[in-house]
Amino acid sequence: MNSPSLPSEPFDLERMLASPQSASLGLQFVTAGPAKVALRLPWREELVVDPDTGVIAGGAVTTLLDHVCGLSVGMAQGGASSSTLDLRIDYMRAAAPRADVIGEAHCYRITHNIAFVRGQAYDADPSDPIATAQGVFVLVAGSAA
Amino acid sequence: MSEANTRLQAFLERAPYVRYLGMRAELAGDEMTAILPFADHLVGNPTIPAVHGGVLGAFMEMTALAQLSVIQQWKRAPKTIDLTVEYMRPARAQATFARAEVRRVGRRVANVHVVAWQDARAAPVAALRCHFLLAPEEA
Repeated sequence: MNSPSLPSEPFDLERMLASPQSASLGLQFVTAGPAKVALRLPWREELVVDPDTGVIAGGAVTTLLDHVCGLSVGMAQGGASSSTLDLRIDYMRAAAPRADVIGEAHCYRITHNIAFVRGQAYDADPSDPIATAQGVFVLVAGSAA
Repeated sequence: MSEANTRLQAFLERAPYVRYLGMRAELAGDEMTAILPFADHLVGNPTIPAVHGGVLGAFMEMTALAQLSVIQQWKRAPKTIDLTVEYMRPARAQATFARAEVRRVGRRVANVHVVAWQDARAAPVAALRCHFLLAPEEA
């Protein structure tokens, strides 16, 4: 039986991806699984922090990680909306010049109100990350599918 | 223009990503305020609408770096080691402001705290704590 408070359409990752900022960054879907998502941030000149090196700005990587962490919460909870409460990022190294960056996140624990997420960003090799992230998200009440 | 302001404006003009955000900064004495005008491409949640949380984090990180550029000339640009963003309120479709407080500048590491607000500084939308790896000019 359908409850009127639950949307009948399945969790739509495409729709969740489509924020003006993610479109502006050109974020591309890579893969998704239960409580997991990966996205690609394509390199472009406009997103560079130092024109001499051509390295993508840490801020763009921060946005990639925030976004992919939020999507992993949606994957863990049937499309639930969430807002970031706290996001911690460690920057191990700069991305390679002119390199795309992949961001991946896993929502490893979810409670009635709060979701806990780990993520990382890398350019070539997932075992050699640019940055790791730890995020805590607040679920928006009544938004789960 | 003071030397500090010259360094600040040079920092802001150098980074294409700062222009992408549309961020600018003003210096009054040694007190810097960074300004992020609202723009459609910065929106994360179109239903509120609210500025993307990642953009707020990026804006505050650039504010911290801008404040470090005000303090002194660096041999190499300070590198972000880690950062923590705390989100307190949605940043709505209006300008966001930020100020950075440099808590400590050591030989190798700086600790900087940033607060961002919209209508009132006492009602912050987000805050940032971060560490930077330094390369002082004299090193």
